[in-house]
Amino acid sequence: MATSAAEYAVELTGITKRFPGVVANDDIHLAVRRGEVHALCGENGAGKSTLMKILYGMQQPDEGTISVDGHVVRFRSPSDAIRAGIGMVHQHFMLADNLTVAENILLGAEAMLGIGGAARRRIAELAATVGLEVDPRALVERLGVADRQRVEIIKVLYRGARTVILDEPTAVLVPQEVDELFDTLRTMRADGFTFLFISHKLDEVRAIADSITVIRRGMSVGTADPASVTSRQLAEMMVGSELPSPETRDSTVTDREVLRVEGLELQAESGARPLLAGIDLVVHAGEVLGIAGVEGNGQTELVETIMGIRRASAGTVVLAGTDLSHASTLERREAGIGYVPEDRTRHGILASQPLWANRMLGYQSRPPVSRGGLLGLLDRAAARRDTERIVAEFDVRTPSVDVPAAALSGGNQQKLVVGRELSGDPVLLIASHPTRGVDVGAQAGIWEELRKARARGLAVLLISADLDELIGLSDTIKVMLRGALVADADPATVTPEDLGAAMTGADDGRGAVA
Amino acid sequence: MRRIRTVLLPPALAIVFAALLCAVALLISGDSPLTALRVMITQVGEGTTAVDIVNSGAVYYIAALAVAIGFQMKLFNIGIEGQYRLAACVAAIVGGALVLPPVVHTLVIIVVAAVVGAAWAGIAALLKAYRGVSEVISTIMLNFIATGLIAFLIKPDSFGVLQGNNISTAPIEPSGQFPGISFGSGGTLFGMVGVAALLGLGYWFLLNRTRFGFELKASGESPTAATAGGVDARRMVIIALVLSGAVAGLVGLPELLGRDFAYTLTSPQGYGFTGIAVALLGRNHPLGIALGALLWAFLDKSALALDNVGVPREIVLIMQGSVVLSVVIAYEIVRRYELAAEQRRVAAQLRDTAAAEKAAEKVAS
Repeated sequence: MATSAAEYAVELTGITKRFPGVVANDDIHLAVRRGEVHALCGENGAGKSTLMKILYGMQQPDEGTISVDGHVVRFRSPSDAIRAGIGMVHQHFMLADNLTVAENILLGAEAMLGIGGAARRRIAELAATVGLEVDPRALVERLGVADRQRVEIIKVLYRGARTVILDEPTAVLVPQEVDELFDTLRTMRADGFTFLFISHKLDEVRAIADSITVIRRGMSVGTADPASVTSRQLAEMMVGSELPSPETRDSTVTDREVLRVEGLELQAESGARPLLAGIDLVVHAGEVLGIAGVEGNGQTELVETIMGIRRASAGTVVLAGTDLSHASTLERREAGIGYVPEDRTRHGILASQPLWANRMLGYQSRPPVSRGGLLGLLDRAAARRDTERIVAEFDVRTPSVDVPAAALSGGNQQKLVVGRELSGDPVLLIASHPTRGVDVGAQAGIWEELRKARARGLAVLLISADLDELIGLSDTIKVMLRGALVADADPATVTPEDLGAAMTGADDGRGAVA
Repeated sequence: MRRIRTVLLPPALAIVFAALLCAVALLISGDSPLTALRVMITQVGEGTTAVDIVNSGAVYYIAALAVAIGFQMKLFNIGIEGQYRLAACVAAIVGGALVLPPVVHTLVIIVVAAVVGAAWAGIAALLKAYRGVSEVISTIMLNFIATGLIAFLIKPDSFGVLQGNNISTAPIEPSGQFPGISFGSGGTLFGMVGVAALLGLGYWFLLNRTRFGFELKASGESPTAATAGGVDARRMVIIALVLSGAVAGLVGLPELLGRDFAYTLTSPQGYGFTGIAVALLGRNHPLGIALGALLWAFLDKSALALDNVGVPREIVLIMQGSVVLSVVIAYEIVRRYELAAEQRRVAAQLRDTAAAEKAAEKVAS
């Protein structure tokens, strides 16, 4: 690898990238010194992901230049970027579960050192560098999230990366694992690796970064020194206004039961350990019940089973006195369940359809969208009007309700989904990661709407990986581990660290989480 | 204006391109493209050609609608061919055997055809919904089975009658026929042409104005989002395929009820596959399909006219093939061009609103 004496490992100048409906990047400047952890902060929809995709060669900028070690380069594909020593660890891991750690690392890189002893030795070296302690012959499906992340990092290092882009690496980790990751990054920084660290979590950014670049609405706002800047100042740079907080003020919990789930079970298709086992929970009107848990411990399955998307193998679901255990998804929705799915692009929206058609999804059998009748006539004018209401009430930024949903930024899509699911007076809202991948501004808006709905007596089942959000919004918290609810916590007293311990099963019935 | 460009420009480009390709082919084979073009255009005014074009167009239109219903949900019903042939055969047998008052007789035949088409497609639908069998495979196989079944049904010792060299079903009495509109020496327009037009209208209405149409399109666009929105994916697969089969069942009727009055060994084949090409040509839009069906029928008739002046009729096959291919390509080119134009437009628009917002923020704070 030719390392010149240039000051910056990576320098982006005047990057501009336009998409239909958005200018994702507008004249962005970013300079990363060699051997530093450089954090990139900004609301989602601010253009961080696009910028990183451009740097990684997945997209080409409309204007602007990229320099690596002082040389101007042009990446046509990620392989060009990898050749220049830039690697990327995506937020969603790209590993084959049914292959071993070593196979995952070598997949597509067989030409470098073959697949024999030389490759094994190199993997062992890199495993030591990133602190991966599992046997490279172990199947990836047996690894925890933190180890999978290490495998991803080894993958890019094996391909010769000296500069590693980490896209929201802490989103999937519990606090203890975040600390371990940071230790690894610090050691590797000392070895001369350069990191570009994308995160929403400002405390973490301040803890790990040597310098910070903030972008807002596709433009670089400026750089900050992590030693002197506060999280609040950073957030204000990102949003351009005051920092929102997820805290709910007064309790609005009533004793009226809205959702009662008893003995809910879900068998795995492969016949292994059940995905859900003996789930009991009750949500009252005006109550937010938060479910904490490391991803993959059955939260998705729980939500989809309550929604009727998966068929429970045992147990009952009762909504406001009506037994819905055998009802279809549509019947459950009609009974008054709103559903904000965890992955809006896959489960929440129809990307190529206009916003008003998206308003109809899930409501196709009910007014105002439907006129009813044998044919199920749709009232397109009413759907359009009601979409305009959502756009206004929930501050969805869009030129009109006729643009396709794909033209909106993630945060605006999410606001549309939340607005839709709060339409038609639901009695229960199931919100899965309602503010994931959403900018701080939109996050505050969604929290505010949840709080308002709760005050009106809505029952909310909240699943979130953001522990601050969970603690801030919930009236009660339950911890989910391996398909079962294993502990309760009081959001008034519990700390994210306590919750993290309970989520990983490390907690042995200590004080706050019992 | 922009809409006209995105909708009409691609097929126009495609036809021009296909015509050029044919011109080149003609020049290579030593014929004059201009003569060919003149013959193709003048034939429309001669004899019964114009009416024939509309009649075949109606058949293609119904077949293409059947395909398009499946396409809306990304289901590829290749079995239109088997569905319409079996439906026409059974409908002819039932129609020939019954003695009923006019109108009722015709209606019964139409209903039988639709039900048989639906039932035949229903086999593929159930296999897809409950066993995950690809509808492409099962409908192809069912096409072969339909051929065998038809051969059995019209055997003289089953339901057929020997007529000279040909085997056919018992002829349908005039009470069961669908009266057409006669243009004297210009030919007779099938009455079923009107039914085809009504089907197109119904297709448009179903798709854009009803809950079923919305669920169909949602399932096609994103099965996961549709499921989360309470659409029963399995039910949609079954309904879409069965509906497609019911429409397919009507494909053979314009000729059966307007011209042939019996199903014979030599009854026309291949409309199901033409329907796929026409649905592609018309981009699943009811009007687009109508134009595509007429164009296809026009080209079919041109083959005969060209033959008469010594131009190889195969040129028509080249034209038909290249027009479908170039429509697909032309839409892609125009789509990309429009996307770039949209980007520029929205970029400019957002810059304006961003400036306005900043001003508003200042006022608010």
